Amino acid sequence: MNGTVKNGGSSFGVAQIILFISIAILVIVVAFPVLLIFFNAVWVEDHFEFANALKVLWEEEEIFQALINSLIIAGGTTVGSTIVGTFFAWLVTRTDLPYKSFMKSMFLVPFMLPSFIGALAWKMLLSPNAGFINRFFIENFGFDGPIFNIYTYYGISAVEVMYLFPFVFIQVCGALERMDPTLEESARISGAGLFTITRKITIPLVLPSILSGALLIMLYSMAHFGTVAVLGIENGIYNIPTLIYERIHQSGGSFASIRTGTILATVLVISAALIIWAQRKILGSGHYQIIGGKSFRPMELKLRGLRWPLLIFCFLYIGFTIILPTVVIFLVGGLSTYGLPFTPENLSLDNYKFILFEYQVTKDAIFNSVWLGFVAAIITMFAGVMISYVIVKMKVRGKGILEFLGMLPFSVPGSVIALGVILAWSGQFGINLYNTVWIILVAYIARYMAFSLKANSAALEQVHDSLVEAARSCGATMWQSLRDIVIPLVRPGMFAAFFLIFLPALRELTVSIMLYAPTTRTIGVAIYTLNEDGETVISAALAGIALILIVVGQTIINKMTKKAGE
Amino acid sequence: MASNSEYVRLVNVTKRFGDVTAVDNLSYNIGKGECFSMLGPSGCGKTTTLRMVAGFEDLSEGEVWVGDNLLSSPKKNHYLPPEKRNFGMVFQAFAVWPHLSVYENVAFPLRIRNIDPAEIDRRTTDALRATNLLKVKDGSPDFLSGGGKQRVALARALAINPDVMLLDEPLSSLDPHLREEMRFEIKDLQQKYGFSIIYVTHDQSEAMALSDRILVMKLGVVQQIDTPLNIYNHPANKFVFSFIGLSNFLQVGNDNGHAAIAGGSTIPKHWAIPDELKGEGVLSLASRPSEIDFVSADEPEAIKGVVTRKAYLGEIIDYQLKMGDQLMRIQKGRRDPGPEVGETAAVKLLRPFWYREND
Amino acid sequence: MDFIHVEGVSKAYADHHVLNELTLDIHKGECFTLLGPSGCGKTVLLRLIAGFEVPDQGKLYIDETLVSDPGEHINVPPENRAIGVVFQDYAVWPHMTVFDNIAYPLKIAKCPKDEIEKRVMEMVDLVAMRGLEKRFPSELSGGQQQRVALARALVAKPNLLLLDEPIANLDANLREEMRFEIKELQRKLGVTVLYVTHDQEIGLAISDRVAIMNNEGVIQQIGTPYEIFEKPVNPFVFSFMGIANFLNVRMENGQYLAGTGSQAVPWEKPENPAGVVDWVAGFRPSDVRISRTPEAGKSLKGIIRRANFLGAMMDYLVEIDGTTLRTNLETHRAISENLLFEAGDECYISFLDLHWFEAEKLKGAILE
Repeated sequence: MNGTVKNGGSSFGVAQIILFISIAILVIVVAFPVLLIFFNAVWVEDHFEFANALKVLWEEEEIFQALINSLIIAGGTTVGSTIVGTFFAWLVTRTDLPYKSFMKSMFLVPFMLPSFIGALAWKMLLSPNAGFINRFFIENFGFDGPIFNIYTYYGISAVEVMYLFPFVFIQVCGALERMDPTLEESARISGAGLFTITRKITIPLVLPSILSGALLIMLYSMAHFGTVAVLGIENGIYNIPTLIYERIHQSGGSFASIRTGTILATVLVISAALIIWAQRKILGSGHYQIIGGKSFRPMELKLRGLRWPLLIFCFLYIGFTIILPTVVIFLVGGLSTYGLPFTPENLSLDNYKFILFEYQVTKDAIFNSVWLGFVAAIITMFAGVMISYVIVKMKVRGKGILEFLGMLPFSVPGSVIALGVILAWSGQFGINLYNTVWIILVAYIARYMAFSLKANSAALEQVHDSLVEAARSCGATMWQSLRDIVIPLVRPGMFAAFFLIFLPALRELTVSIMLYAPTTRTIGVAIYTLNEDGETVISAALAGIALILIVVGQTIINKMTKKAGE
Repeated sequence: MASNSEYVRLVNVTKRFGDVTAVDNLSYNIGKGECFSMLGPSGCGKTTTLRMVAGFEDLSEGEVWVGDNLLSSPKKNHYLPPEKRNFGMVFQAFAVWPHLSVYENVAFPLRIRNIDPAEIDRRTTDALRATNLLKVKDGSPDFLSGGGKQRVALARALAINPDVMLLDEPLSSLDPHLREEMRFEIKDLQQKYGFSIIYVTHDQSEAMALSDRILVMKLGVVQQIDTPLNIYNHPANKFVFSFIGLSNFLQVGNDNGHAAIAGGSTIPKHWAIPDELKGEGVLSLASRPSEIDFVSADEPEAIKGVVTRKAYLGEIIDYQLKMGDQLMRIQKGRRDPGPEVGETAAVKLLRPFWYREND
Repeated sequence: MDFIHVEGVSKAYADHHVLNELTLDIHKGECFTLLGPSGCGKTVLLRLIAGFEVPDQGKLYIDETLVSDPGEHINVPPENRAIGVVFQDYAVWPHMTVFDNIAYPLKIAKCPKDEIEKRVMEMVDLVAMRGLEKRFPSELSGGQQQRVALARALVAKPNLLLLDEPIANLDANLREEMRFEIKELQRKLGVTVLYVTHDQEIGLAISDRVAIMNNEGVIQQIGTPYEIFEKPVNPFVFSFMGIANFLNVRMENGQYLAGTGSQAVPWEKPENPAGVVDWVAGFRPSDVRISRTPEAGKSLKGIIRRANFLGAMMDYLVEIDGTTLRTNLETHRAISENLLFEAGDECYISFLDLHWFEAEKLKGAILE
């Protein structure tokens, strides 16, 4: 025994400092901007005006319509995605469909594809007059109008379904794979056939997972900018995020438009909070313990005669929703002028060379996105580790505040964050970052904090307290045990957090579109604005480059996580 | 016509997974109302066998019959799916459905069969009463303890009044004290309803306490089928001996009937080595720690060793003796006198068994 | 002063008082077991001694050094207490090899490299892990991981080894093997051991002294395993230490009659009966002899309600005039002495030992 007697309060000081820094980060980055939005929504001149805020929502035709549109599109998207996702999940886990594991990985591909690029592709394919498919039918089969108009609620929802259904798919697959097969076997031995079991046992048991995935989609779709911006505005269909953008963009930041924006943003935050509350309730209390003991291969439903037709259906689905739009993007990106037929003499790599090496706007955009993504990912990763550590591991008074603040990033949609940082960082509080790349960085950190918190707290939960206590009893101080035990063990979680942020940041649109200045365009902004400006082929070529970047990045992660798993 | 003593029949049942033979040419009959256990370490093929009887696994070869009905026969290309077999089955992980109430769990097999609602209610209530679940029938089984959930599973299996009940380690997930209680409950239910039981377990005392007959299995091959008492009195081989309780094995060199513990005492002449083993050069002398007495040193039947460990465990005192270079464990009651550590002790094996060394 | 001296220590979590002014001494070099039902606060005491938790009040000394005294704001952090700890969940570090796990305390202490190598390999040999030192914990069984944890806790030659249910996660055979190994290690190294468990058999098997704690975190009895088992001071200790039978007895006209019948219990009457009418006779299965023939004045007549063959043991449930008891008997003796009963058979029970408890005081004092 070396007998050193220390004051019991000394390590408390360190804990308090870490807690304070963590709280400060979340307050500055998330809580303060959101509070500013609430405040601006109800503060008129020098007093609170709750009724007036509601009046704006009810009485201004365009705003009310945007609310309704958000509901219609999110509702349609949610219902469609849930059906598609559950059906495919059931198909690849519970039936004898051929090439199941390949099919499963194909259904996850839309996860990494940005939906607004998909929307661009579908616009090229199915816009009422110029869409390739519509034109093909009009010219060859004598249709007197488009066979499908993508500029409608149906079109918008259908495109969102294509890119969002994996949220349900992955949740339901997981639940079905983890489910104790004896739950189904005991129904079978009770006399139930496979169809009855699916209806009465399997589906009800995975219902919480289905609903939770559905709510996630609803949350995402309500706050989604890209698809509606590309496909809706043309036909006058606005949802909440596109209307916020439109008002603020057009007015150049007038008080009235900011106020409308904050009111709409408040609606978004409240809906998001409600959705998250519902999701937690479903996952918490209603989530059945269906993970079981001995694992046997689960039963497979024999599809018999439907086996090959269903496989062909899956291939058609993938071909139609993934391959066709991707090919169109690359082909259009190769055209010298939009509208020419896809013949070899019209196609070249010139546009790609142009955007990569000559055109300043796109060169800036690529640089900005990579830089912003990288820096945001690094900062958010470290901040996330620290905050998660306090929440998961530390016993310190005042932790409750941090736990509450830690929930915020999950329930604040992108366009709300963008509006919030405009209010907070445009000079009213001494710092003006508006029109610089830094304001986008701050917004990215706020937007992706949730990802980092999720990945890092999951990793930290795995590090049982006794591992650290064992190190302490071996003679290690608190810092030594952090360095030697905790950090090495959460490193995979930190890597995961980095890539979970870096890749989505590369293709970010919702936040960047509200914050960009002429020299601070990101890839997403450049694709969107070029397309708006009629530079369709350049825009498509940049979209193609973005797709390549994303696929390469995703492949690297998959390789790395596989290696880490071994 | 199948007789009552041959109600469930497994005929030359074999199951292969790829190159691995999980169950090798297994045949046995189970009588009506009999409780038959399959006992063995994990991976011995007992669960696979049960799942073949249930219909969850195909047979590679052989046939399964119940009464006059053929259930599975790959040769005749005959396979009755599990839902048509009318068995009751209880699984290790309970497998009660959390989205249905206790009552609906139990009623499920009856509803599937489109029985008259009044009859469903009568039989469900009956099964719930038999398993002491009437009070909790409207709640979700999620709120029940492990024992409660397993009662729901039992009631559900009982509801259709099956002739055969398949139990797959039904007590392994329960606390030890509950395990014993449930054992008696299962036995009582069997007496009341008269079904046959096929019981799979790795716990020998569970099998001993419950069964009319036990099948001991190792690596897919049957080692012994007999009543619990016969298995205890005459374990067929070294594996069965070691699997059904604490055991000592001493390696014994044998030179034409003159046997000696390797590096230790000579074996007394009248511990008769069975005739068929007399020619073996090395034998294994098996004994149970509780079936060894300390005796005085001049006792002619004694073998000797030095006490290397003595542990007071309350009800029993646990000794370790070193004989030559081998160790032997002895357990005596707390009131029985015994030697101290370091002393040389003479012991007598009350029930010595002889086996081939590599049995 | 004893090697470990716990003086009036209290600890509460929110409103739940786990330990209340607890005082305890542990001698140098002994193997001391703290035995109690789960949730009784025994692990909290171990964590207080380790320094993972700070007491609300009281003083804690290790080897004459005051390590915790909240009154004086003294709290030596765990890394300065020179202890080894082994946890129930092993807590071996998954990102380090067996060697690196065991070497860690020496690295922290800045030992020279060749000495680390030598001492780690000594420990590897001591816990019989030679040849496995380059493996990662995920490649080891539960028992092997726990051996690594033991080696790691002992490599820095601590004065005190704290064991928190270290073998509760292992299967039955391994548990039995490990408890003897732990005892053997303690003997070889002469380290003082505090062992916390709810398993009375382990407590009896490895300890020099045992302390029994009840559900409220109050120590009921401290003594050698023999004293605790044979001379329990109260019904809690008696029932906690093994299978206990409680036969209802009522006093009628100076007679102590079993159950609802008229057979007198053949044992000395309780001391100081003081007019109590309802009694309970407590005894263990091994305190009972069962027979087919009566022994005048020394046995009670009963009926076998359930005969349960468990392999090496026969287990009987016997009813005596409306009250039941359980006893067991080695199968080979049952066979050779014609004591293989069946349900419904008549039998006679005599006692080798018996403890009287007042029925009123027994309620709530024993574990159900």
